[in-house]
Amino acid sequence: MLIALLFSIAWALIAPLLVRGAGRAGGWVLALGPVALCAWFASHVPAVRAGAVVRETTAWVPSLDVGASFVLDGLSLLFVLLITGLGAVIAVYAGRYLEGHRDLGRFFLTFLAFMSAMLGVVLADNLLLLFIFWEATSLCSYLLVGFKHEAEGSRTSALQALLVTGSGGLALLVGILLLGVAGGSYELSVLAERVGQIQSHPLYLPAFVLIALGAFTKSAQVPFHFWLPNAMAAPTPVSAYLHSATMVKAGVYLLMRMDPILGGTGVWIWTLVAVGSATMLVGSVGALRHTDLKKVLAYSTITALGTLVVLLGLSYGPSIKAAVVFLLVHALYKSGLFLVAGSVDHGVGTRDVTTLGGLRRVMPLTALAAVLAGLSMAGLPPLFGFVGKELTYKAKLGVENLEWLLPTIAVFVNALTVVAAGVLAAKPFFGRLQRPETREAHEVPFAMWMGPLLIGTVGLVFGAAPGMLYDLVTSAVDVVAGEVVEIKLALWYGFNTALYLSVATMGLGLVAYRFWAPLRLALAQLDAWTAAGPARAYHGLFDGLLRFAGWQTQFFQGGSVRTYLAATFGTVVLLVGGTLGLKSGLVSLPEVGTMFPYEAALVAIVAAAAVVAAATSSRLLSLTGLGVVGLGLALVFVLMGAPDLAMTQFLVEILIVVIALSVLQGLPSRTPRTSRWGRAQALTIAGGLGATVSLLLLGVLRLPFDRAVADYYLRQSVPGGFGQNVVNVILVDFRALDTLGEIAVLAVAALGAFALLRLGPPVAPSASRTAVPSVVLQTGARLLLAVLLLASLFMLWRGHNAPGGGFIGGLFAASAVVLYLLAFGHSATEQLLRGSPRIWLGVGLAVAVASGLVGVVWRGAPFLTGQWTTVGALKLGTPLLFDVGVFLVVVGFTLTIILALERVVTGSTTSAAPLSDDEAGRGSETPPAVEIPASSMESSSD
Amino acid sequence: MDVLLALLAGLLTAAGVYLLLQRSLLRMLFGVILLSNAVNLILFVAGRTLRAAPPIVPDGLTAPAAAVANPLPQALILTAIVIGFGLVAFAFVLLFRAYATFNTLDADTLATMPEDSPADDEPPTAD
Repeated sequence: MLIALLFSIAWALIAPLLVRGAGRAGGWVLALGPVALCAWFASHVPAVRAGAVVRETTAWVPSLDVGASFVLDGLSLLFVLLITGLGAVIAVYAGRYLEGHRDLGRFFLTFLAFMSAMLGVVLADNLLLLFIFWEATSLCSYLLVGFKHEAEGSRTSALQALLVTGSGGLALLVGILLLGVAGGSYELSVLAERVGQIQSHPLYLPAFVLIALGAFTKSAQVPFHFWLPNAMAAPTPVSAYLHSATMVKAGVYLLMRMDPILGGTGVWIWTLVAVGSATMLVGSVGALRHTDLKKVLAYSTITALGTLVVLLGLSYGPSIKAAVVFLLVHALYKSGLFLVAGSVDHGVGTRDVTTLGGLRRVMPLTALAAVLAGLSMAGLPPLFGFVGKELTYKAKLGVENLEWLLPTIAVFVNALTVVAAGVLAAKPFFGRLQRPETREAHEVPFAMWMGPLLIGTVGLVFGAAPGMLYDLVTSAVDVVAGEVVEIKLALWYGFNTALYLSVATMGLGLVAYRFWAPLRLALAQLDAWTAAGPARAYHGLFDGLLRFAGWQTQFFQGGSVRTYLAATFGTVVLLVGGTLGLKSGLVSLPEVGTMFPYEAALVAIVAAAAVVAAATSSRLLSLTGLGVVGLGLALVFVLMGAPDLAMTQFLVEILIVVIALSVLQGLPSRTPRTSRWGRAQALTIAGGLGATVSLLLLGVLRLPFDRAVADYYLRQSVPGGFGQNVVNVILVDFRALDTLGEIAVLAVAALGAFALLRLGPPVAPSASRTAVPSVVLQTGARLLLAVLLLASLFMLWRGHNAPGGGFIGGLFAASAVVLYLLAFGHSATEQLLRGSPRIWLGVGLAVAVASGLVGVVWRGAPFLTGQWTTVGALKLGTPLLFDVGVFLVVVGFTLTIILALERVVTGSTTSAAPLSDDEAGRGSETPPAVEIPASSMESSSD
Repeated sequence: MDVLLALLAGLLTAAGVYLLLQRSLLRMLFGVILLSNAVNLILFVAGRTLRAAPPIVPDGLTAPAAAVANPLPQALILTAIVIGFGLVAFAFVLLFRAYATFNTLDADTLATMPEDSPADDEPPTAD
């Protein structure tokens, strides 16, 4: 069976190629696959009748003891013959029906994939395997219903079918798992032997409910039936195959499989009988309401599915026999009628039954097929439908306590089915010929009338000689009943109650058919009332879910960075701060230790400046506060033996102020103010986080400190790195790779900032400077430039042995150029630099990388290993070169950003008058950037 | 002194976070500056502070004779200061560009702005 399944899947995969190759004969060629499968399975009939059950198990997930096990018994055989036989006929039909469609290849791929999945469902012995195929049929159905995906209605219907059957599938999965727990196995064949254990298990009820939900959604039982009429958006061959003959029967198949395992209990009987009866009534009344042939067919399919569920619910020999026969009956006449409806649509151009009539004159063969199927549907002898209906009545008459209710419902429903049969098979073909469309009505081609006629003839043959089916039916019934059931199949059982009910049904049905039009209009009056059904619940749920998702996304990802930050910081406070508070209690303030008054004063000043910076609404005051904090920290670094840090911090503070003032010129003086509530919230979170940090740090300080790493660097610095300034040696030698990464980040940041300023829409210059150039500043800047540049080189040079180094030297040099810029303006500075500072970023990175490669090339040492040589009294090495690279990148970074900002803010691209140093002193044309525009001096209004 | 610096680090953190939670993008940026200072101080204090000489090996020796400051956090903080500078400089430019493009410095207004319209006709949002 695995081989048959694999063949079926392979056939589906090559379908698009076959369609392309075969052209008009595509349907015929593709039908060969199902025909071959049908023949192969049919060859098993005698063996299965003789009691053989073919089993196959292949290892699938051996670690979980799950096998890909298949079973071919009477029930599976009945279904596979139905699936492959109808599959072949409908493939031929679809080949002509959709002829010339650009997606015909895709259609057949999905169509045949569905056939494979359906075969998998009915052949699987392992329930998990069954579930996977089950879901695959839902997916294929989704793709087929949405085949005309350009139409919005098609997509909505496809999604609805998928969601309804898919949710049922989820319930089924859980049900299967529970059943697996209760029965200790996922193999149907094993479970069938443990019925007592399962039915007395506490998990029996939930397992049954969930599995039934899966079956009910798939087989369109009330209240999940609404997806089936909407699924008629599919091409008609799909409706004929999936939504009448096979897929919707998967739920019925599951109930048949479960009957010997879960069936026969009170809850089984009452649930199935109640749900099935409700479904029958809803379907039969719904079928009367509609005029679209396919809608009528869909509702009458719902009726039939309800009938099957009731019969399985009764769960005794005669009802099972009736179910198996009726399943076949229905599959035959319904798929035939669907194909007829498709042919009518194809030949006339409409499916609206009120505009159809007299078609037997132009479509005689289709009409014949319709009559055969319609008579079977109405249950008239000698059609197969009569046999099915007689058995159904018999089964329902045999139930104790319900011998009145069930047959009454059945007669009512079957009478309405007679009406539907008349609407479907008689109304369009008899009476006066009508020409509703401009298209000339014509008979459909051979490939399209052959199928329905064949199916109709089969129904006639089976009706006349039902004994032919004896082997097939009795093997299937035995499986469902779980025991051997004595059955007899005949067209004529003599005069009995069932026959009288049949006669009554026909009479009632014919009368109702006579009054079909007024009945339909009366039912239409109830539309508003029936609209408040499960379909509305579905839409409400669907829209509600989307709204909830929208709300939730908006809540968690509203796009407000403040919300994100508040959530992040709040979480840290709650989790880290909370844990700290709970685990260590409130930390008693530890020994303050010795403290000099100037230290305390310094800390107090920094603290006050921070509070001012946060609290004030004035931008300049805030900026000043930040400056005091930065410089105060620089002093702390001085006090605590960190001169390198102090120098770096000091220089950075200066440059930040320059950048900040430059940007502030382009910003409005009034800034948005946070609401009082927002500030209170911010204060709470900020206070919590501050306290958390302090507590954490105090906790850290109480722990013993391990200086091993620090001592290693202190001891190795001179012997290993030939440098006395340990901090610098760490940066350019021990951890040079980290430093390389950091200067690369600086280079990227500079290029990014440059791109932001120079690319994209131009920024209107915002600063209007009217200030006169300051002679003192210009004279001083020119003098200082040389001194500071020399000092920066000195800092760079001495950095390896004394405070200094590439970072500090670079900041020094950049500050010198910035001072020049402030005095003389943008153009003069660019002239001074003789080129763009961006080049220095690249040169610096290249120098740093090259210094690292020296050792690699020379000695085969790892990248960035320091190489040293002695030139006279000088010790020279690649780490010094690396530091030069750092120097260049820092200069390039600072100047790239500040020059680009200056240029954009002052709009000096337009006034780029070359300016020599000599002219600068007089230059009334020079706009140096000394003064800050008045606008940015104002603090914000509140 | 360590204890006092630990408290100061908490205060700087609090001030920085407070500013980060404001509506004005400019004040948020100020918050970033304060917060990066706070983090540097945290690193410094966690590496223990000493009123000692800088970690420089005296001439002629291979290792410092007396106790010196811990060089490791210093190396970390030095690059952190420079990287922080890079971040702040970039952020200032970003702020500048954002205002030029969207004509607002209000984080809340920016959040509600439709994504594909950097509208010039958006009215300036002052408050």
